[in-house]
Amino acid sequence: MAKSKNISDFVIERDQNRCIKCHACVRVCANDVHFKDDATSEVASDDSKCVGCHFCEDLCPTGALVIRKNPSETRENAHWKKEYIYRIVRQAETGGIVLTGMGCDRPYKNYFDHILLNAAQVTNPSIDPLREPMELKTFIGRKIDAVNLDDLNWKTTSIDEIMSGLLELEVPIMFSAMSFGSISLNACKAIAEAAKLCGTYWNTGEGGLHQSLYPYADRAIVQIASGRFGVSSEYLSRAAAVEIKIGQGAKPGIGGHLPGEKVSQEISLTRMIPQGSDAISPAPHHDIYSIEDLRQLIFAIKETVDYKKPVGVKIAAVHNVAPIASGIVRAGADFITIDGVRGGTGAAPVVIRDNVGIPIEIAIAVVDQRLRDEGIRNQISIVAAGGFRTSSDIIKAITLGADAVYIGTSALIALGCHVCQKCYTGKCNWGIATQDPYLTRRLNPEIGTKRLCNLLRAWSLEMKEMLGGMGINAIESLRGNREQLRGIDLSEIELKILGIKHAGESW
Amino acid sequence: MEYEQLKLIEKSVKIPSGCGVAGIVNKNANRFSGEMIVSSICMMKDRGNGLGAGYAGYGIYPEFSDKWCLHVMYDKTGEKEKVEEFLEARFNIVEQEPIPVRKVKSLSFIPVLHRYFLDIKNKFSDNLTSEEDFILETVMKINRNFDGACVFSSGKNMGIFKGVGHPDEIAEFYNIHNYKGYTWIAHNRFPTNTVGWWGGAHPFGILDWACVHNGEISSYGINRRYLENAGYYCTFYTDTEVITYLFDLLCRRHKLNFEMCSYVLASPFWEEIERETDVKKKKLMKFLRIIYASAMLNGPFAIIVANSSVLIGMNDRLKLRPLVAASKDDFVFVASEESAIRKICPHPERVWMPEAGKPIIVHLQENKNYGEIKKYK
Repeated sequence: MAKSKNISDFVIERDQNRCIKCHACVRVCANDVHFKDDATSEVASDDSKCVGCHFCEDLCPTGALVIRKNPSETRENAHWKKEYIYRIVRQAETGGIVLTGMGCDRPYKNYFDHILLNAAQVTNPSIDPLREPMELKTFIGRKIDAVNLDDLNWKTTSIDEIMSGLLELEVPIMFSAMSFGSISLNACKAIAEAAKLCGTYWNTGEGGLHQSLYPYADRAIVQIASGRFGVSSEYLSRAAAVEIKIGQGAKPGIGGHLPGEKVSQEISLTRMIPQGSDAISPAPHHDIYSIEDLRQLIFAIKETVDYKKPVGVKIAAVHNVAPIASGIVRAGADFITIDGVRGGTGAAPVVIRDNVGIPIEIAIAVVDQRLRDEGIRNQISIVAAGGFRTSSDIIKAITLGADAVYIGTSALIALGCHVCQKCYTGKCNWGIATQDPYLTRRLNPEIGTKRLCNLLRAWSLEMKEMLGGMGINAIESLRGNREQLRGIDLSEIELKILGIKHAGESW
Repeated sequence: MEYEQLKLIEKSVKIPSGCGVAGIVNKNANRFSGEMIVSSICMMKDRGNGLGAGYAGYGIYPEFSDKWCLHVMYDKTGEKEKVEEFLEARFNIVEQEPIPVRKVKSLSFIPVLHRYFLDIKNKFSDNLTSEEDFILETVMKINRNFDGACVFSSGKNMGIFKGVGHPDEIAEFYNIHNYKGYTWIAHNRFPTNTVGWWGGAHPFGILDWACVHNGEISSYGINRRYLENAGYYCTFYTDTEVITYLFDLLCRRHKLNFEMCSYVLASPFWEEIERETDVKKKKLMKFLRIIYASAMLNGPFAIIVANSSVLIGMNDRLKLRPLVAASKDDFVFVASEESAIRKICPHPERVWMPEAGKPIIVHLQENKNYGEIKKYK
């Protein structure tokens, strides 16, 4: 193929004085950026192939490599920005949809950055989490509105029935749906084990449950997506909970496609499809064209698991998210997962990822309020997903009304990801979003587990500090407690939608 | 500042306040003069700053013990007629009169204070699931819809008396020593703001619940949203209001007993629940904490809550505010400070500090002298 008319995104600066010509970069790069120049026997690079994942830079023993943004400048144009010009060029060359990975990278207003937390001063004391208990324990699932003492039968126990349908989280952070296929088995193992060790849950995505992950199945939320890959009654019975995936924040309304070349023997066994065949998830579930169909699927699953496990529904945060959520509660779901516009993906058309959906902050606020207005908030747990970068994002999400959050991208970053957005190529140098055995063995699942546990521990500590600072010692007293939030630099309508006051307004 | 402005502030913002609280109960439901509680609360003058004090007494209207008694304050001319028209449509007004008061020089902005003894009209009472819910709805309607009116007491055979002033001034104003009751609670307020609205003083009451509270509820935001779901509208923006409504919701509507109610409001820590050896109790504690997560009160508080059959003293989960209790003969005393108890009972048989989150619950015996004690259990 002719050389692309696009100039490369990155330039590779190699300090030839430092380079010892060990050729490690040549060997490791899955994108074949580096090569040995036979004529000069120097190591050289093809900038145009570089995705900016920084693996070689990280690996280079002498620090000879620096990856930089290409300083080459086109004439500045506020409308015809570089990325649009490049995209057109690529499409003119290929005639295809431009794909991307990870979450939306557009600079839409990030409401987390416009919300401030409260702290206790004088009239109530702040609480020191190092000296006093500080509780993050959270329960996900359907709860009842009131305890009816007359109905409480301690032996056959309606209490047990209700409690058995709840997930018990030591920290209100779960690992988001990432399938074996979109990420490597080593990455899945690291995540699954971390969930088990930290007392939280991980999500299989729609990739099925690989045999080697069975030991972590009691901490798994298994997904049923439109492709129904890997779904069997055993799959459901091993899991802790079931999630019906209707949509994903990165690609609302769009299906999925795992190309046949990635469907290895292991993936084929796990997804229960022939080796080498494309795994195509249709855009809708073809047995769910309306809310009553959803109800039927929910109850079909509940029958299968004998009403002992929570069944949730995952949707993308879209304009009508509040009424849809209300419908999902009434359809019988025990938890609802809402994935915001910044939610990640292994592969999605860039126009969809960047232009469809609404921010998770807003979705949480409107769904929580709507369910309260209808008096059904207690019947369901809200799990929020989509771009949580720090523990304060999570605290803000919970204060807006979420019960717990899913983290995907931040978990992958803990495993080495540098957010180069090339997951869809299957050439992840960090061994995460790839099935190439040469690459996947770079990710040591034990080290990965340790790093994920560290992340959850660190975030828990930070969350406890923030809670204690507000004079609150249990996360449930913060959930939906929007009095603890203030907006900054937000318009009246934004404040109204978020249900918070502006900074400067007292109680 | 103008009175209207002051009222506006009090009604529209949440004002944190430190306070002193006191309660006395006679377990045999023998009535005694309000003088005792006045003397007790006045011992803790430092805990208030003259911006609010009040009393609630039980058994004070024996001659009307089966009538609903509404204490209403009016601070706008013309509002009284409108409210009375509203009441007449729903109730037979058995008796009504201005609440007897004395002139106290230091008090200002005094509203018109009136009390009504009521029977629910037949056409309503026939279709009611409970009289209490009807009264609750009536009170909510008046407080939300009539701008210049505020119902500050709405029980049977009990009454709340409160205003802006020091506790001795308020006691003198209402002639508290002339009333005889078997349970008394009192409040002395230290708001961190200038307020002048009489409705903002405490105790806070709904039906025959009365509550005094020292502290700040950091979970207020979620407690309030939870209550709104259950039909309670917080019109006063005070922590005490949400506490009172939570007691009504949990104990009366959901029929939890007081111990269970304490597991909800000052939930035991998960560690404590884990350590509990009684399997049934452990299960119940966990269950209540999960189901009523949004009703948990977080932040520092010491509260005294009463109704016609019980008096409860309770602290937050860490005991961040003082509360001490004492007993002698058939009396139980609860107060912010021991001095307030020693003042009226110099030699109690027992003095103790209630543990964090563990309530003192004093149940009353029935006493024929003043009528039946209503049981919420």
